[in-house]
Amino acid sequence: MSRRSPTGESRVPFADLAEVRSQFPCLQQQIHGKQLIYLDSAATSQKPSQVIEAVDSYYREYCSNVHRGVHTLSERATSRYEGVRPKVAVLINAPDPHSVIFTRSTTEGINLVARTIGRSRVGEGDEVLISAMEHHANIVPWQMLCEEQGAILRVIPCDENGDLILNDLGSLITDRTKVVSVGYVSNAVGTRHDVKKIISAARTRGAITLIDAAQAISHIPVDVEDLGCDFLAFSGHKMYGPTGIGVLWGRKELLDQMSPWQGGGDMIRTVSFERTTYADTPWKFEAGTPNIAGVIGLGAAVDFLNDVGFETIQEHESQLVAEAMARLDQVEGLSIIGRPSHRISVISFILDGIHPHDAGTIIDQHSVAIRAGHHCAMPLMKHFGVPATIRASFAVYNTHDEIEALTSAIESVKAVFR
Amino acid sequence: MNDIRELYQDMILDHSRSPRNYGPLDRENHSAQGHNPLCGDDVSIHIYRNSAGVIEEITFEGSGCAISTASASILTGVLKGRLEEDVRLIFSSFRKMVADDGEVPSGEGLGKLAVFSGVRQYPARIKCATLCWHTLIQALDGKMEEVSTE
Repeated sequence: MSRRSPTGESRVPFADLAEVRSQFPCLQQQIHGKQLIYLDSAATSQKPSQVIEAVDSYYREYCSNVHRGVHTLSERATSRYEGVRPKVAVLINAPDPHSVIFTRSTTEGINLVARTIGRSRVGEGDEVLISAMEHHANIVPWQMLCEEQGAILRVIPCDENGDLILNDLGSLITDRTKVVSVGYVSNAVGTRHDVKKIISAARTRGAITLIDAAQAISHIPVDVEDLGCDFLAFSGHKMYGPTGIGVLWGRKELLDQMSPWQGGGDMIRTVSFERTTYADTPWKFEAGTPNIAGVIGLGAAVDFLNDVGFETIQEHESQLVAEAMARLDQVEGLSIIGRPSHRISVISFILDGIHPHDAGTIIDQHSVAIRAGHHCAMPLMKHFGVPATIRASFAVYNTHDEIEALTSAIESVKAVFR
Repeated sequence: MNDIRELYQDMILDHSRSPRNYGPLDRENHSAQGHNPLCGDDVSIHIYRNSAGVIEEITFEGSGCAISTASASILTGVLKGRLEEDVRLIFSSFRKMVADDGEVPSGEGLGKLAVFSGVRQYPARIKCATLCWHTLIQALDGKMEEVSTE
């Protein structure tokens, strides 16, 4: 583990995971008189000081607009902003930094694809394929597109373990399938899907592929070359970065063919009342003054991930999840929802006769932050026959002691309802 | 740390486990459905209001957390036999008790409904307690659209 020194030049190692955790100011507080235990990183992760400071220093030291000023501050802001594209490209092993588009969120990235290439490729009677385990963000944009174009939305089913059923892909992906869009990791039950298999089946039929990597990006190395997808979307705020910033990566040759999405400043080359010519990729997809501070914060979050290293992240998180599974399995009256073959960082469960929202309120009183709800995956909740679940999700800053606190909070929920 | 039992009082736990006045109502002349999209709670309120404006019968159906189930169950018990205009006054006092930022109301005049006075300590749960009330008012007003807490 290493980290960037304040000068940004040499890197000094993090001594251990305790030092990694100490980078997160928001974790150093008490809630209801006890040390906060944050187990809701799948909703949003906490932010390390280097991200907070990067955002802060943009506003304090070189706040100015990008791509337009000749003055020094604007040049500084532009160079820091554009400097994040190659960092992101390296993070996802994208060959061309100019294939990295900054968006507001994963949701916006998916909508961009649906509204541009989706609209031009998907016609009446065509099909769009998603999975039964998608977040609403990867359902609704395609549903809207299908309604508009008279196309059909099809769904890869999942089994009772929370694994996608992939042995029938041949009949789900046909010549009419124009888009295949699936999540890499399920936000509701934590399944790491075999997306490579899905992408490869889609490619043989010429469908474009999009991977929603929102729940994967901070937990495992994501490699677009290896995956073979056409598009990949993720958010900054689930990978230790700021809210309101996301990334859409796309194959450069596809992005070049695609029409712009939103019109406005910064995405044009020339404008007259007769005709406008557009900027090159990626800027033609970034209309208006972008979230400059967000992009700079995102760059610092990529640095943080690299500083800790995915080897450390994966080793620590998989130990946490294994221990949490073992402990939760011992709790009487607790049922884990989904037993996928590959799980990442997320565990969903229910308690006999206790609604998840009641459990969530009581667990919060023990200063443990978990999520209770449908996790924006209502079709999946229906599949499991539950209105909602309790979800604990883990990040690199969580500790083994926190699992103990979670199980003891669960016991006190049971005591109230006994 | 708040005492969680001030929220989950015995009466609330009892009504959430064994809801009263649960089910359809054959001779209903007012009904409405409510939904909380955040948590998926659903409630339907069925009412028979006579020509004198008295709520002669009232039942509910639906699914939700302990607070929302108990709130609907206790509501139906308290409001049965009441005049519609009294019901609206009771709702106004109830809403003040669970949701008002001002001085802590005593819950006086609310009878059994005072058991929900602990809800105001938990802002995220206020909608659980009030969903059935908004649905009830919708039913009395005769509006057909589903009530949503959002």
